[in-house]
Amino acid sequence: MTSLRQIGLVLFQRIEAAFDAIFSAAHNPWRHLGALGFYFFWLIAATGLYLYAVLDTSVEHIGASINYYSREQWYLGGLLRSIHRYASDAFVVVMFLHLAREFFYGRYFGVRWYAWITGVPLIWLAYASGIGGYWLVWDQLAQFSIIASAEWLDWLPIVTDPMARNFLTPGAVNDRFFSLLMFLHIGIPLMLMLMLWVHIQRISRADVFPTRTLGLGALAMLVVLSLLQPVVSHAPADLAIVPAAVDLDWLLLFVHPLMYATSPAALWGLAGAFTLLLAVMPLLPHKKTQAVAVVTPEYCNGCRRCFEDCPYSAITMLPHPDKPGHSLAQVDAALCVSCGICAGACPSSTPFRSADELVTGIDMPQQSIGAVRQALEVGLNALTGAPKIVVFGCDCAAALKGLQAADTAAISLLCIGLLPPSLVEYTLRSGADGVLITGCREGSCAYRSGNTWTAQRLAGEREPHLRTNVPPARLRVVWADAHDTAPLHSALATFRQDLQNLGTEMKPLHVPVRRMTHHD
Amino acid sequence: MTKSSVTPLSLIGQVVFYGLFALIIGYFSTQPSYRHMAPDRALIKLSFSHQAQLVADCRKRTPEELAKLPPNMRAPMECARERSPVKVQLSLDGTPLYDGVAQPSGLSRDGASTLYRRFEIPAGEHKLAVKMNDNVRLADFNYVKEEKVTLKPAQILVVDFSAERGGIIFVQ
Repeated sequence: MTSLRQIGLVLFQRIEAAFDAIFSAAHNPWRHLGALGFYFFWLIAATGLYLYAVLDTSVEHIGASINYYSREQWYLGGLLRSIHRYASDAFVVVMFLHLAREFFYGRYFGVRWYAWITGVPLIWLAYASGIGGYWLVWDQLAQFSIIASAEWLDWLPIVTDPMARNFLTPGAVNDRFFSLLMFLHIGIPLMLMLMLWVHIQRISRADVFPTRTLGLGALAMLVVLSLLQPVVSHAPADLAIVPAAVDLDWLLLFVHPLMYATSPAALWGLAGAFTLLLAVMPLLPHKKTQAVAVVTPEYCNGCRRCFEDCPYSAITMLPHPDKPGHSLAQVDAALCVSCGICAGACPSSTPFRSADELVTGIDMPQQSIGAVRQALEVGLNALTGAPKIVVFGCDCAAALKGLQAADTAAISLLCIGLLPPSLVEYTLRSGADGVLITGCREGSCAYRSGNTWTAQRLAGEREPHLRTNVPPARLRVVWADAHDTAPLHSALATFRQDLQNLGTEMKPLHVPVRRMTHHD
Repeated sequence: MTKSSVTPLSLIGQVVFYGLFALIIGYFSTQPSYRHMAPDRALIKLSFSHQAQLVADCRKRTPEELAKLPPNMRAPMECARERSPVKVQLSLDGTPLYDGVAQPSGLSRDGASTLYRRFEIPAGEHKLAVKMNDNVRLADFNYVKEEKVTLKPAQILVVDFSAERGGIIFVQ
């Protein structure tokens, strides 16, 4: 399972990197599949509202009504009908790509089980909504689909009268029944919307809106497709005959041919097995969950930065028990993914503090800020070459193995978001000539926001920020995914050369304010 | 983190990507065409929802039996609720297509017996025979219908049961 995920992850990250060059990471559709799903849902809802308002939704007249809008009012009603249909197909495509991406990124077990599990019923609801929409046109495709669906549901021993008996003879379907179908086509998408909301509950700043550029691009694509290939109906439904050949929407209706090629029982088996597999995946053996962030109340000043930066809403602010009027961070172990982004955000994580044992307001037991400072000091002391470079990397991004050299110390963090910006200045003041920071590419962060927050902190756009007295030439940032080791090595070589070229301009920043601890 | 820089090449790349995505959606939205049944075939749907005969007649309770019952439950007649299973045979040109039993629904087996089966057959003229027994106390079939039917390609013939219309019916 792990090796399959690794292969898939590298494949996805290579595709994403290639698309970064075309779209830039901010507008890269592969990095915003969930947001695109939401976007297509809203497009479906908006176009559906118009269609519901104007169409004559009676079994006798729906065909003529929809054909009128498709042919006579092709520029509005017809266009919206086509967008409604193609956005549904696009929704299904991005839904499965999103599912695959989250799987390959390993975002389905541990504390992230919730979003995964709540995503499973979304697949059923998406298909129920999409397939049900086809019935309302009441053409021969609708007839084929509704009878196939009824025959599939009839396999379950839940109702006495077979549902397929509702479609035995011409005239069997009346307006009352059709109203039920209409109710289902509104009710199920409403349930879908509710579940989408539930799906993102444990994620802070969920990516539910694509950028304007991406949204406009996707909309333009749907409009052009709708104009080039407008959606048209089949011949009106006729329950006296079997629809000869239907132009099937394979993205939504593939289940029907699959059932006729096998059996209703086999299709239930497949659908049930797929659902069960998805549902039990979080329970399968995975690497041991790491220790969660720990708050030390004496050092927490209630600044809320960890609360703001946590990508999984694992931190809440409570009244401080000892300091009236102050807040105290509290970590919910059931939500914490052990990334350490909170430690990087904490103002008490500054390495300039003189205490030998650096205790911060919030920290990671498995890689405390104090331990990182100690590793840095040991690494720097061991450097013999010049220029002296310290690389701060991320366990989830390009591996730092192989970067260690006589002039280079490499320190891999749980997430690059764990790096307090003050540690960069501290590193330079401690004798390093340059600091190279690397982490996952934009949109690839295993913990969603670590690289973004780090970039913003270094740019002075987010607290805690990097002080402006750090010479930009002495700092290099290289975003590199797991497969980007070669570009990372190359970037380090370039940085080394650039530092050498600085020569005498590369004045040392002054001695650290802290007494250096002697590490054996 | 990264600045968005639109170059002519990246614009072309975006158009190609959106075009490719639209092509996939546009194609699979209607193609390839699916033929559910061969063009020279027709379909018979054997389906009914029928409340069969009770397995036993009602009988009058004796005065002793009535006396043993609570006063509010002393109904003079005792009627079995259970209904007979419905036996069905369907044959086409003398060849059996279906021979089965539809059990009554409900925990007390007092509900309707239902059936829904579909049979693809060659279009054309056929001799269709349906036999049905809805009374467990009868050894033979109490409903029989045999008819010559002509089915065009893709046509559906429904074999149903309607007590009001005299039993087995063919709907074309």
